[in-house]
Amino acid sequence: MSIFSTKKSWIHLTLWVLIIALIIAAPTLLPVFRLNLLGRYLSLAIVALGVDLIWGFTGMLSLGQGIFFALGGYCAAMFLQLNSSGEFPNGIPEFFGLYGVEKLPFFWEPFKSSIFTLISIWLLPAIIAGLLGYLVFRNRIKGVYFSILTQAALLVFFNFFNGQQKLINGTNGLKTDVTQLFGQMVGSEIMQRWFFWISAVLVILAWFFAKWIVRDRFGNILIGIRDDEARVRFTGYNPVIFKTIIFSIAGGLAGISGALYTVQSGIVSPQFMTVPFSIEMVVWVAVGGRGTLLGAILGAVFINYAKSLVSEALPASWMFIQGGLFILVVTALPEGVLGWIRKGGLKKLLFLIGINKKLETYPSLEINEQGEVKS
Amino acid sequence: MQLLLESLFNGVAIGSVLLVAALGLAIVFGLMGVINLAHGELMMLGAYSTYIIQLIFKQVSFLKPFYDSYVIVAIGIAFLVSGTVGIFLERTVIRRLYGSPLETLLATWGVSLILQQFVRSVPLAYASGLVVALFFGLLSPLFISDDLLSGPKGKLIRACTWGFSALLGVATGGILSSLVSKLSRASARNVDVTAPSWMRGGIDFVGITFPKTRLLIILITVISVLVVIFFLDKTAWGMRIRAVTQNRPMSDCLGISTETVDIITFGIGSGLAGVAGVAVSLLGSVGPNVGGNYIVGCFMVVVLGGVGNLLGTILASFSIGIMTDLIGAGRLLTIWPDMPSPLASIIDFFATTSMARVMIFALIVIFLQFRPTGMFPQKGRMVES
Repeated sequence: MSIFSTKKSWIHLTLWVLIIALIIAAPTLLPVFRLNLLGRYLSLAIVALGVDLIWGFTGMLSLGQGIFFALGGYCAAMFLQLNSSGEFPNGIPEFFGLYGVEKLPFFWEPFKSSIFTLISIWLLPAIIAGLLGYLVFRNRIKGVYFSILTQAALLVFFNFFNGQQKLINGTNGLKTDVTQLFGQMVGSEIMQRWFFWISAVLVILAWFFAKWIVRDRFGNILIGIRDDEARVRFTGYNPVIFKTIIFSIAGGLAGISGALYTVQSGIVSPQFMTVPFSIEMVVWVAVGGRGTLLGAILGAVFINYAKSLVSEALPASWMFIQGGLFILVVTALPEGVLGWIRKGGLKKLLFLIGINKKLETYPSLEINEQGEVKS
Repeated sequence: MQLLLESLFNGVAIGSVLLVAALGLAIVFGLMGVINLAHGELMMLGAYSTYIIQLIFKQVSFLKPFYDSYVIVAIGIAFLVSGTVGIFLERTVIRRLYGSPLETLLATWGVSLILQQFVRSVPLAYASGLVVALFFGLLSPLFISDDLLSGPKGKLIRACTWGFSALLGVATGGILSSLVSKLSRASARNVDVTAPSWMRGGIDFVGITFPKTRLLIILITVISVLVVIFFLDKTAWGMRIRAVTQNRPMSDCLGISTETVDIITFGIGSGLAGVAGVAVSLLGSVGPNVGGNYIVGCFMVVVLGGVGNLLGTILASFSIGIMTDLIGAGRLLTIWPDMPSPLASIIDFFATTSMARVMIFALIVIFLQFRPTGMFPQKGRMVES
């Protein structure tokens, strides 16, 4: 039995070939500026996958994913800064000199190691998410309370990072585009091309990972928590554990996403932890289709692309469009675009505007020669 | 003693801004389970109303002698403006989303984005014209008998009232923009409200100067809280609101029009945001983002105070206000100078306004470990409550 025996599998295979071909071809087709933008949006798709896991599948609306996103970014940036600050006084990043700091703060030390950095990019946000989540879920705080608490946590982290000049350069953030990696400038064209490929591959890996998570029993329990948490608890499962795990996974994904975004945008700053940015992540998923993993990816890429196009043309109107999008998607398209299509919305639309004939809804009966209905 | 009193006063002043802002949020949240992320923007509208009223009093000749009293007029107008926008919001968006609080959260965020950009790119004169149109459009059905509205020509009559309101709005916009030139251009810049002369300076008492603006804000808060308590406890509609807060389906069965209750509650909640906006405008400059600075404090108040109990809201605002002042201004060190040095260095680390927020959030999360549903949880037997 071959897995390519059905028509659907062939479509999937063709799609995959097309996607891979596009990823390989994109760096030669697109100018570097656009390629860089596309790479950034792909990295944002990873955090959107995390949001989809916790919101679309588990029903917890976190408005604080920016915390974990920025933490991942800071981990990457700290490593890059340390890696290329040999010629500065005391061998520590240049900005410390501005505030008269001569000794590296203790928590910077481990980021001299590349392996530690690669692990901490996802592990640190995951641990913090797990801790925060556990404290909140343990008390059965959920729904709107959870959303507000995550938003408050986001503001707290923002205030902390924004105010600590002597520890992490405060509001100015950490620059990465002028740092060195493998003897190359991180902001250089060749490095950016690499980062694009890494982002593309990681999006696909993250997608498979998320699919694997929601595929069987674990995923069913998540959906159960979304639909009726009390019933899940009465059935003998402890929702706290599942919620903590999935929140922590989403945090880890956000961290990876933040690190990739940082190296491609050239800076990490407390701006990653502003309230609007974290809510935007939710709307990517909402528009793409919550509960559909592909929808999260497509939503993140397309909305950001639209944002950059609209902002280039009419800077003031993006806020209106975005606000309208929020309202429209929750009132008219609660399933998101992909969810709507999967439920047959496209056919309905074609029918509405009169292109498609409405199908016979009643199955035609088989009649034999005598004019009797076959049973 | 003097220090303690000063600290207490500052804390109460911070807390009272929080309280008047959080009051509306808490009422609406208690009743409908809706957290209105556009609450900060409704405050912003109130602050802009104060600014517009101030300009009108300055420019229009027959109002000039009464310039000093513009703040009092502004409180009423701000209540109406924010209340109108709030009711419009409820009628058009939130009503469709009852029963799905998370979706409401997102939709109201969308509204807040639109409102922010709206005051940036629409001249304030025409923005107020729009509010006037909405006000009369929403108000007029109340003055027409139900028979006419539901009769055969009901739709035509409704359309006529809206058309008439639109005319009124356009007229208001035109008059305002010709009277006050500052309002006829769109501007993204922050504006400043200047306090009338009787509000400047302070009152000296036992060697401490109490700024008059702060005192006025405390007064506004006290009056708003008293009015709200009176309304909820002593009037028929207040009783209906409390009934729906406790048990919506049962109240519905007993013949309470829950839809009207929703409209009234949302209107009052939004109107209180407008009053908070007046208070905020007296404290600093007014800009499109002014609401955002206060909104998270309000959320914390609602989370800490619990739902459906005004006492919780009041206690939570004042405790957050006093804590902010104690931690943020580093007063603990001055009150207790010979504190052990490791503790002192920790306190010193948190002695800025932004770090105080960090500390307070941590304290709230710790508090929620013991009282997950706030200070005064609502009692009930539902699993989900």
